[in-house]
Amino acid sequence: MKDRFNLYRFASPATFYPLAGAMIPYFAAVSVVFGLAGLWLGMLVAPTDFQQGEGYRIIFIHVPASWMSMFIYLVMAFWAAIGLAFNTRLSGMMAQALAPTGALMAFLSLWTGALWGKPMWGAWWVWDARLTSELILLFLYIGYMALTAAIDDPKRADKAGGLLLLVGVVNIPIIYFSVKWWNTLHQGSSVNLTKSSMAETMLWGMLLMAMCFWMYSIAVAFMRVRTIMLERERHTDWVKAELANIGAGGEK
Amino acid sequence: MIHWNSFSDFLAMGGYGLYVWGSFGVTVLIMVVEPIMVARNRKATITRLQRQMRAETRAENRNTAE
Repeated sequence: MKDRFNLYRFASPATFYPLAGAMIPYFAAVSVVFGLAGLWLGMLVAPTDFQQGEGYRIIFIHVPASWMSMFIYLVMAFWAAIGLAFNTRLSGMMAQALAPTGALMAFLSLWTGALWGKPMWGAWWVWDARLTSELILLFLYIGYMALTAAIDDPKRADKAGGLLLLVGVVNIPIIYFSVKWWNTLHQGSSVNLTKSSMAETMLWGMLLMAMCFWMYSIAVAFMRVRTIMLERERHTDWVKAELANIGAGGEK
Repeated sequence: MIHWNSFSDFLAMGGYGLYVWGSFGVTVLIMVVEPIMVARNRKATITRLQRQMRAETRAENRNTAE
């Protein structure tokens, strides 16, 4: 009975900390491999788009960044729900570790979108449903980070931040379906589960880049969550042992 | 296999060079700078926590000595 594999064991920071540390190099390496393969296909092999010329190649970062900005928010909202429901220590740390990366992804989505919009629509920005809801997503990330940073007690910060995340989650389907629900300038989705309107190399280049962004986000979030763990659990024995060990050159 | 005829073709991106490279440049910059910032923050946090820990141990030792 006591030897049974138990997933809940990893919910303890003391167990998750070394596990995350061991996994970071792998996620980073896989991210680089996917990134190189995706750039190769997308930037060197994929053909010219018949409507947008070479300008469409922004898609290879615009779509992965946009997907990640939405996905990271959903993961944060998931951790917020777990944290509020079960009062687990790790969940708030996970949400906090993901927020800056999510915000950067939302920023990249808007930045690359502006650089794509200018040559194709003639405008860096329009108050279109897709663009506006993505901007709100960026504000939600910033609001979450500001709110949790403003509250000294981590437990209360997690609770307040978690509520904000759960209320804001309504924005995600709005972003996703905005191109269907409203007449937008933004083009419809190029990919869905049954059919795709793209050439095969374009599609694969984009999916590889999405995997690259995904693995990158996990690696950075794990790096960040380990620091948060040390900070928050500094009075526990395992962190004291860990800090003594790092000082002795046990870890870089 | 490779779509481009020359390197300058590749850089020009069919006239969209500024937009395409502006997108990729900022993305690369962020993906390089973010991990560096996280690593630096980690180092600073560890140094601070170690200093706090040493100070606390010293205070405890002093208390037991008295």
